[in-house]
Amino acid sequence: MANADLTTKAEARDFNFFYSNGHHALKNINLPLYENKITALIGPSGCGKSTLLRSFNRMHDLYPGNRYEGEIVMHPDNTNILDANVDPIEVRMRISMVFQKPNPFPKSIFENVAYGLRVRGEKNKRLLADKVEEALKGAALWDEVKDRLQDLAFNLSGGQQQRLCIARALATDPEIMLFDEPTSALDPIATANIEELMNDLRGKLTMLVVTHNMQQAARVSDYTAYMYLGDLIEHDKTGDIFIKPKDKRTEDYITGRIS
Amino acid sequence: MNTATQVQEPSQRTTISPRLAKNYRRNITERIIEFLLMLCALSAVFTTIAIVVILVYESYSFFEHVSVFDFLTDPQWTPLFEDAHYGIMPLVSGTLTISFVALAFAVPVGTIAAIYLSEFASHKTRETVKPILELLAGVPTIAFGYFALLLVTPLLQMVFPDLPTFNMLGPGIVIGIMVVPYIASVSEDAMRAVPMSMREGAYAMGATRFQTAMRVVTPAAISGIVAAYILAISRAIGETMVVAIAAGQQPNLTFNPMDSAATITAYIVQVAMGDLPHGSIGYQSIFAAGLVLMLMTLFFNVLGHFTRKKFREAY
Repeated sequence: MANADLTTKAEARDFNFFYSNGHHALKNINLPLYENKITALIGPSGCGKSTLLRSFNRMHDLYPGNRYEGEIVMHPDNTNILDANVDPIEVRMRISMVFQKPNPFPKSIFENVAYGLRVRGEKNKRLLADKVEEALKGAALWDEVKDRLQDLAFNLSGGQQQRLCIARALATDPEIMLFDEPTSALDPIATANIEELMNDLRGKLTMLVVTHNMQQAARVSDYTAYMYLGDLIEHDKTGDIFIKPKDKRTEDYITGRIS
Repeated sequence: MNTATQVQEPSQRTTISPRLAKNYRRNITERIIEFLLMLCALSAVFTTIAIVVILVYESYSFFEHVSVFDFLTDPQWTPLFEDAHYGIMPLVSGTLTISFVALAFAVPVGTIAAIYLSEFASHKTRETVKPILELLAGVPTIAFGYFALLLVTPLLQMVFPDLPTFNMLGPGIVIGIMVVPYIASVSEDAMRAVPMSMREGAYAMGATRFQTAMRVVTPAAISGIVAAYILAISRAIGETMVVAIAAGQQPNLTFNPMDSAATITAYIVQVAMGDLPHGSIGYQSIFAAGLVLMLMTLFFNVLGHFTRKKFREAY
């Protein structure tokens, strides 16, 4: 699977994760995220794919008692983002995230997108306005909301809210974007919009996507990793995973024998 | 093959089989229970209506002797003196000043306590502090009254030597302490009700705990927080014992918290303890004062209702 023109943007090395109740949720994970590629994580419920995704921006730090072991290294600076000396807030400023259910803030559309810049202390109005416009365009939402940027974000439809959350994540120029089942709460049309959007971002941004939907993984991703019971079973080009999986367990899953 | 059959409604309820007789009895029980529940709910409504009726009725007799204009503009309230004046404004000013002092203390302290408990305190700290805080709401108000008179006012006098023994500042602060638990507890509940996904969204953007608490959780919980403020205002306006003991009982048209004054409730309790003949104008003045008190509370409740609607956030 190694390829000469691929740069590794981040990678998990011998990574283990334990929940506060002692559950060993991730076991010796080794997974590279290639720069400007989309990596999909698939696997049955409870296999640890969301847990792995949420380790990349240290979301588990919010709940006491969770424990990481091993490394998640970010390139080119070679920082182990799990290191106790690394501020999780700094990690989250480099790696942004889109959640399963759209979770806009109780603010205007504009303020939602500007939020990340505001917490970074940005006050320049001109720059904020430019960034918000750019992010909303990047999330294919600008044309729908440009005349009502001061409306409350809750007034948008579910699909629009999710694109707003993508715009919010884009506005801070992240190096990596994490998507935790970004379309599972959306209808098919909104899902198609989000997938199209991810396609547009391909090549500009390193992305990691957790999905329950194998067609989605096949449609949007460049690389796919199959996880089962906390183990990373197989990681390869998406085409190879879906056409000629090397592992029997992967084959069982993608052919529907495990669900 | 069109065999649409007309479904006929049974002309009366029949028991289909003995097996279902129990069902019928269950329906009756259900109705009785429903009626009892409704009765309990209505008891509060009836009480309110009865109070309003009595207040309006007795005030009506009062306003046959005193014009509404005098009532609202006379700067003196001396219904029990030889030279009787019936201007409610001195009592209103006392009530508003003390409530303002109380809220100026309780709103910041209560809100900050709620933010701390909801967003910063560990589970264990919260589970320890919150019940203690709520216990504060159960302390008898008479104890708070003497607390104001014998401790808070003397302490304030060290800072402000001119402060009279009876003043509005001390009892105002004490009432503020009294309503902190209401604000803290109700606001904290509202903040805890903000879904975790919204906090995660903020953290994922690189926000600190403080930024998440102030810019996301607090705005999301604002309708509950405003409800807490309204509860506190009503409580402060209606508070009787503390002001009767520590604010002096001299109606005084002033908004200066360093003066002594009487509030509406303090006047009512003062008169109620004397032996006024039933039906006298002094007796009726209680009801007029009570009516004003009720209208003030109502005003703030309505105000709160609309503020809440305006800030209402769905998530």
